[in-house]
Amino acid sequence: MTVLTMPAQSGASGPRGPVPWRRMAWVTWRQHRAALVGAVGLYAVLAAVMLIAGLKIHRDYASLLACHPLTSSACRALSNSLGSGDWHMGNAVNIILQLAPMLIGAFAGVPVLARELETGTFRYAWTQGMGRDRWTIAKLTALAVVFALGAGALSQLNHWFYQPFAQQQGMTQFSAAVFDSQGIALAAWTLAGFTFGAFFGMLIRRVVPAMVATIVAYAGLDLVVWQYLRPHYPVGGFWPAQCIEAGWLLILSVLLGAATVWLARHRTG
Amino acid sequence: MNVIETHGLTKRYHGAWALQDCTLAVRAGYLAALVGANGAGKTTLLNTLAGLITPTDGTATVLGDQPPGSPAALDGIAFVAQDAPVYKNLSVADMLHLTRNLNRSFDLRQARARLADLGIPLKKKAGQLSGGQQSQLALTLALARRPRLLILDEPLAGLDPLARRDFLATVLTAMADDGLSVLLSSHSLPELDRVADYLIVLSRGQLRVAGELDDLLARHRVLTGPAAEADSRARQWHVVQDQRAGAQAHLLVEISGPEDPVPPGWESHPVSSEELMLAYLRAPGSAAPLQPIELTEAAR
Repeated sequence: MTVLTMPAQSGASGPRGPVPWRRMAWVTWRQHRAALVGAVGLYAVLAAVMLIAGLKIHRDYASLLACHPLTSSACRALSNSLGSGDWHMGNAVNIILQLAPMLIGAFAGVPVLARELETGTFRYAWTQGMGRDRWTIAKLTALAVVFALGAGALSQLNHWFYQPFAQQQGMTQFSAAVFDSQGIALAAWTLAGFTFGAFFGMLIRRVVPAMVATIVAYAGLDLVVWQYLRPHYPVGGFWPAQCIEAGWLLILSVLLGAATVWLARHRTG
Repeated sequence: MNVIETHGLTKRYHGAWALQDCTLAVRAGYLAALVGANGAGKTTLLNTLAGLITPTDGTATVLGDQPPGSPAALDGIAFVAQDAPVYKNLSVADMLHLTRNLNRSFDLRQARARLADLGIPLKKKAGQLSGGQQSQLALTLALARRPRLLILDEPLAGLDPLARRDFLATVLTAMADDGLSVLLSSHSLPELDRVADYLIVLSRGQLRVAGELDDLLARHRVLTGPAAEADSRARQWHVVQDQRAGAQAHLLVEISGPEDPVPPGWESHPVSSEELMLAYLRAPGSAAPLQPIELTEAAR
C-alpha cells in the first residue's frame, strides 16, 4: 500500500464557486416528472372540459335569458336543462377545483421529501455538492410556482365558466363555490396545500401518514376559514377580500416552507 | 493534512450513546478501515463526517479544517451510504446526469467508461440492477465527482467475493490515480487486511484503537507461556486479550518497544492484522491507551 499513499492534490477540476441554482431545474423535472405531468394534465383536462361544457352552458343560459314568456313549456325545458345536466357539470368542475389543492398537497407535495427519507435516498441527495438547503429550496419553490400558476390560470377560466350558475342561483361573489375557485384564492390555496404536503412529509418522514396528515390539516383549515375567518374580513369588495385571503395564505406557505427547510437542515440520524 | 479529525465526538440518541468521546485523525492519502460489530457506531461516525448528523458533543473537521456538511466539505467528499441508495425508478443514465447536475465537477466520460467495463447498461433502471451492480454504480458516481475524500459505509456487505475484489481494486486504482483518501467501514475483516493503511476499531460506540496498521502491528505481540505465570505477567504488560488453553496462556499484548525482553519460558510471535482487530473487537473492557496522534505532521 505504501506505493499508493502519495497524496496528490488533485488538480482542482471544474469551475469555481457553488453549483449553479439553475441545475436544479433538470433535477426537479426529472425527479418530479410524474407529479408535474399529472398536475398539469389534470389542469389541462379541467380546462378543456370547462371550455367545451362552458360554451354549451353559456348558449343554454343565453337562450334562457332570451326566452319569453318564462312560464312557457319551452322556457321551462331550457331552465330544467340548465338546472340538471349543465348544473351537474358545473358542480363537478367546481368540486374538483376545490379539491385540487389538497390533492396536489398530498400527491405532489408529500413525496418531495418523505419519499427521500423513507427510501434512504436523502443520504445520496444531501451529500452532493449542491447541499441540502439549496436542494430543498429549489425543488419546493419550482414545484410550488408551477402548481400555483396553473391553478391561477384555471381560476380565471372559471370566472367565465361559472358565471351563468352564479347569476342564476343568485350567488354572491362570497359564496364558497365562487370565492374559493376564482380570483387568486385558488392559486393561494394550491400554494398552501403544496407546502402543507412538503412540511408534513418532512415532519413525519413517511409518505402515507404524511398524506393523511396533509388532507386532515388542509380540510380543517378550509373549514375554519370558511366558517369563522372569512365572514370577518374587514372589507366588502371581492378583490380586496381575495387579496386578504391570498395574502395570509402566502404568509402561511412561506412560513411552512421555511419550517420545512429548517427541519431538513436539522434532521439528524 | 488530516482528511479527518475528531475530538471527543459524541452522539446520543434518546439518551443512548451511539458514539462516545471519539478522538482520531486520519492523514490524506490513507485508506482507513473502520471496523466494528453491527451497532458499534460505525454508521453514526460516517454519517457525522458526511454532514448528515450533527454531533451531540465534540468536534469534527474534514479536508483540513472544514466542518462536515459545509459547502467545501460537500464539494470535496463523496459519500456512499449503506446499501448504496440510488433512485430505483431512474435509469443509470439519469443517475449520471443527476449526479452531474448536483455537483461542480463530474467526469462523465470516466463514469461511462467504467460502467461499460462493468457491463452495466445505461438504459437500465437502477432498481433493476443487482445489489453488486448498484454498489458499483454508486461507487462510479462517487468517483466521477473526483472527490478528495471518499467515505463508504459497508460497501462490501452485499457483494460476493469476486465483486468485493473488483470493488476494492477500483477504489485502490482511484487512490493511485487521483491521490484520493478513503474511509470505509466493514464488519468483515479479511478483505481489508491487505489494503488498509489505517485501522479504527469501534465497539459499543467507543473507540478501541486507532492507528497506522504497520505501527499497530509493530506494537503488538502474542506471548505464549505457562498459564501459572500469566496472571503476574499480565500485571506488568498491557494485555489486550488473554486466552488460556490448559497450561498455556496466549496473551496479546501491547509492548512499549521492540527491545522489550521476553521472559524465560515465554515465546513471542508477531500478530496478524486480523488477530489484532479481533482482539480489540472482543475486549470491550480493555481499551488500549491511545497513542497521541501527530496532528501537525505532513502527509507521508
